[in-house]
Amino acid sequence: MGLKPVLTKDFHTENLEQLAVYERTGGYTGFKKALEMQPDELVELVKKSGLRGRGGAGFPTGNKWSFLPKGVYPRYLVCNADESEPGCFKDRYLIEKSPHQVLEGILIASYAIGCNLAFIYIRGEYLPQHDALEAAIEEARQAGYLGKNVLGKGYEIDVILHRGAGAYICGEETALLTSLEGYRGEPRLKPPFPAIKGLYGKPTVVNNVETVANLPHLVINGADWFGAMGTPTGKGTRVWCMSGHVNRPGNYELENGTPIRELIEEHGGGVWKNRKLKAFQPGGASMMVLLPEHLDVGLDFDAIQKAGSLAGAGAMVVMDETTCMVDAARRYVKFFHHESCGKCTPCREGTFWMSNLFDRFEAGEAKATDVDLLLDIGYSIDGRSFCPLGDASTWFPRSVIKYFRDEFLEHVSEKGCPFKKTAQEAVA
Amino acid sequence: MSLAKPTAEEIKARAARYPSKQSAIIPALWAVQHEQGYVTKEAMGEIAQILGLPPSLIEATASFYSMFLTQPEGRHDVVICVNAPCMLRGADEMTAYLGQQLGVRDGQTTKDGAITWHSTIECLGACGGAPMMQVDHHFEENLTPERIDAIIERLRTEPAAHGAKPEKIAAVPRPKGKRTQN
Repeated sequence: MGLKPVLTKDFHTENLEQLAVYERTGGYTGFKKALEMQPDELVELVKKSGLRGRGGAGFPTGNKWSFLPKGVYPRYLVCNADESEPGCFKDRYLIEKSPHQVLEGILIASYAIGCNLAFIYIRGEYLPQHDALEAAIEEARQAGYLGKNVLGKGYEIDVILHRGAGAYICGEETALLTSLEGYRGEPRLKPPFPAIKGLYGKPTVVNNVETVANLPHLVINGADWFGAMGTPTGKGTRVWCMSGHVNRPGNYELENGTPIRELIEEHGGGVWKNRKLKAFQPGGASMMVLLPEHLDVGLDFDAIQKAGSLAGAGAMVVMDETTCMVDAARRYVKFFHHESCGKCTPCREGTFWMSNLFDRFEAGEAKATDVDLLLDIGYSIDGRSFCPLGDASTWFPRSVIKYFRDEFLEHVSEKGCPFKKTAQEAVA
Repeated sequence: MSLAKPTAEEIKARAARYPSKQSAIIPALWAVQHEQGYVTKEAMGEIAQILGLPPSLIEATASFYSMFLTQPEGRHDVVICVNAPCMLRGADEMTAYLGQQLGVRDGQTTKDGAITWHSTIECLGACGGAPMMQVDHHFEENLTPERIDAIIERLRTEPAAHGAKPEKIAAVPRPKGKRTQN
């Protein structure tokens, strides 16, 4: 347990973004080794390793790959670099520090699933990261890692870097595919899952940046090595993005199962300004809040779920005793309202009404019964939305009402935010 | 204002790489915004012509994405995040300070035309360096009033950064020969 740099182990190396430097650290040996193996062997290796997708849902990567129907070509690999979950900044870090590691992972995954054309969908706001990947792809192409006959092994692969243009919903895999096809980024009905009918109606695998970045290491060191790290159902490491009220915010790669306490207190240097911890939120904006009593929960998909939240995309937002939980929830609700694609009514209208109600609390115009009204709207969205964006918009506010209902009532009785000494301009 | 030849060429080269030319709509919009600073209806019509697609399709796509501008803005684009992780570290104070120093409201352009600024609830992916803003899509983290002052001073005199709005879309040649999967 504890810090375990695997993906990040060479990140202190200067100019790691350059191909020659990356190769000196062992870069592309994983891909070379993969090319010596049969694609099916690679799928089995990843299955056996227990690697679960790092994008948020935690679905076993090898299983995802094996859902592709036999004999149907072309098939596509899409690397999801549309990182937009508030609280998350790990994909940005992985790309910035080592774009070749991400690219090598994409090449391995492409070879394993029999794909000859892969895509990277990167969010529009990540311009420097886009440029880093573009340069890496070009370098790799010159070196023969991409092309019609990769390293003389008869494998053909090309990678297209596709820049999004500002839409959180495009991180949802079916919306991402719709966007990549040139349409408005609205999600599609599942099933059919992308593995059966994905990009351009062809079998498609969508893997997160951190997921593919694991692959070179997994291929080099094997499934047993990988499986020796982490917990029985959460193998390997994860990069946790810590932000909020800690002394040392940033990215920390930890072995799965490491207690949350260690991340916040040891690596993050504890809560800033000698204040007390009030709450924290794993997973990102979507996920439920947890309390100091949950500090000994392990950083692991299943353990965090058991504690009442979700590990999601690996964020850890820390909140000290001065935090207004109502305002924190208000920001997230506004975010979801802003990002709702408008396709389905529960999400489009529900996030609008939740946002309005939160503004009422902030402005001191709410009634005590508005707390239950918020919950009621939440129930009307969750499970009734077309895609998880709507569902997730309700999880944090509902968990805040569960643990901090008093704070909502104080906003009512004090006609405004009890945490703000002076009135500040509210978020428009 | 019709598109410059290199922009049109970029769009064509881009379209040739995708299995479907429709996938080139967003790259084409970026190419246009890169050249002209924003995307007009006329330009969308030209994209439609180049790609051989109905103009309505280009407009439908363009209007979905928040980063395509429909009118000219300042030379520099400053976006400050006010989502929860940034709020926890003083984003509201920095936002108020930024607005005060620029002397124009959220969403407006300074009188000298140097800077258009707005706050955003959309996380920009730098929570570990909060409070943060993006200047021409480059990250400025751990903001303080002094840092904001220095950034504003620099932008007042700096010409529009190359690639600030959209990046250059490199027309990477396709590997020669027939693609096996196509």
